[in-house]
Amino acid sequence: MGKILEHKELTFLERTYIPEIIRGMIVTTKHFFRNLFNWKKIPTIQYPEVKQELSDRLRGKHRLMLKDDGSLRCTACFLCATACPALCIHITAAEHEDPKVEKYPIEYTVDISKCVFCGLCVEACPCDAIRMDAGLTLTTSYDRQKLNLTIDNLPLKLEKD
Amino acid sequence: MLFRTIEIIVKLMIVIGCGLTLTSVLTWAERKQSALMQDRIGPNRANIFKFTLFGLFHPMADGIKMIMKEDFIPKKGIKLLHTLAPMIALFPVFLILAAIPFGDTLIIGDKEVHLQVIKLNIGIIFILGIASTAIFGTILAGYSSGNNYSMFGGMRAASQMISYEIGMGISLIGLLMVYQTAQLDVMVKMQGEMLWGFLPKWGIVVQPFAFFLFMAAAIGENKRTPFDLPEGESEIIGYFLEYSSMKFAMFFMAEFTEIVISSALITTLFFGGYQIPYLFETGFHFPWGTIIQLNHYTVVIIQTTGFALKVLFFCWLMLLLRWTLPRVRYDQMMNIGWKILLPLGLLNLFITGIIIMWIGTI
Repeated sequence: MGKILEHKELTFLERTYIPEIIRGMIVTTKHFFRNLFNWKKIPTIQYPEVKQELSDRLRGKHRLMLKDDGSLRCTACFLCATACPALCIHITAAEHEDPKVEKYPIEYTVDISKCVFCGLCVEACPCDAIRMDAGLTLTTSYDRQKLNLTIDNLPLKLEKD
Repeated sequence: MLFRTIEIIVKLMIVIGCGLTLTSVLTWAERKQSALMQDRIGPNRANIFKFTLFGLFHPMADGIKMIMKEDFIPKKGIKLLHTLAPMIALFPVFLILAAIPFGDTLIIGDKEVHLQVIKLNIGIIFILGIASTAIFGTILAGYSSGNNYSMFGGMRAASQMISYEIGMGISLIGLLMVYQTAQLDVMVKMQGEMLWGFLPKWGIVVQPFAFFLFMAAAIGENKRTPFDLPEGESEIIGYFLEYSSMKFAMFFMAEFTEIVISSALITTLFFGGYQIPYLFETGFHFPWGTIIQLNHYTVVIIQTTGFALKVLFFCWLMLLLRWTLPRVRYDQMMNIGWKILLPLGLLNLFITGIIIMWIGTI
């Protein structure tokens, strides 16, 4: 059911523009003088010198969880890669020597240059193998390869850490 | 003779110097003011030894950057016209500055110095005539660039400027009828007189309606928002699309000097020029009888400062308007020019004529 918009006819004074223009100018003038005399209160952050404080609740650092014996918890089930809306997780699975363990990842790559930090991989993981920590990984680099986080340079952590 | 020559050179230096300085300061002011109006900080990075001076070094940095850039002429363009266009755009703008009186007659010893570069008896007509030649710069720039978007910009600029010229001229005829002169210095002198003994006879008092018409027409003539269709950054880049380096800067300078000029014109025509209410040649004479005696030089200095402050205020107002209003559509702009400004200007003339017939003179 669509909503029918009623277009209001402009009154004569509105059609002359002048009172409305003056009204708009009063708004901008107020802003101008308020900021002119309190320019320290302007919410701009002077970026390279001052950095924005990140919220404690921000989850921006991928972390791969380890089992107690130090091996990866990940079973290479590809659920995170499927859930990922940015298609930034690339997994290569391999057969494990231990017959009780079905698969394990020999490559687990998170392409940070594509990642949107939505946390859906964490939601999707059935065995709690990937988590996200507070803070933000560095998302800029002169080298694209540095933005591909692999098992070697992803933080690997035990649950108690 | 020698005195006259020196006098004119000094006055030229003052006017061109002030005009150019104000122009470059305005490029800073526009960015800073828009920033403050939008709760931002604005330019603050250019510095000399970490000393930023509220970003005032940015115009200098811009100048250096503009000079260093490649001066590019498109292959399909017409080389001569392409080079000539920015000069034609900039030249008339500075010519207008010459006709604006910025102070009363200064008496040094037995010599009289008129604080106006050239004392013209056709002041207003000269200004309107010269202002309309600024079209050539923009349309030639559009034509000679060999680019369709530039051409669009040039055509838009030409049609817009011609349309708004008429509104501008018509709105000024009312003033000519009231003051019975086209001479700007005489007009400003008459604005120092009093209406009914207490109200300064400024243009805004005797022709309040013409002020709004002139203001709208002047912004249209300047090609600034809300009438910046010839530029229209989001649709066509405009007539200076194929320009780079100092040539582009010249178009920009022309635009900013036009702000200065329209502010100076509004001040001169409608806000008493250098006249300050109740300040006469011998000092302040307030209508309630208080008299403050001042000598000649003090009066002239106060008047010239008053003129400068008024011009600065109107520059500020122009920038405020530019950053408050959105751009109108092209047909709306033409409608405003032809169907609103022109008939209202004629109506204003008609009413002014009736009043002048009725009470003789204002």
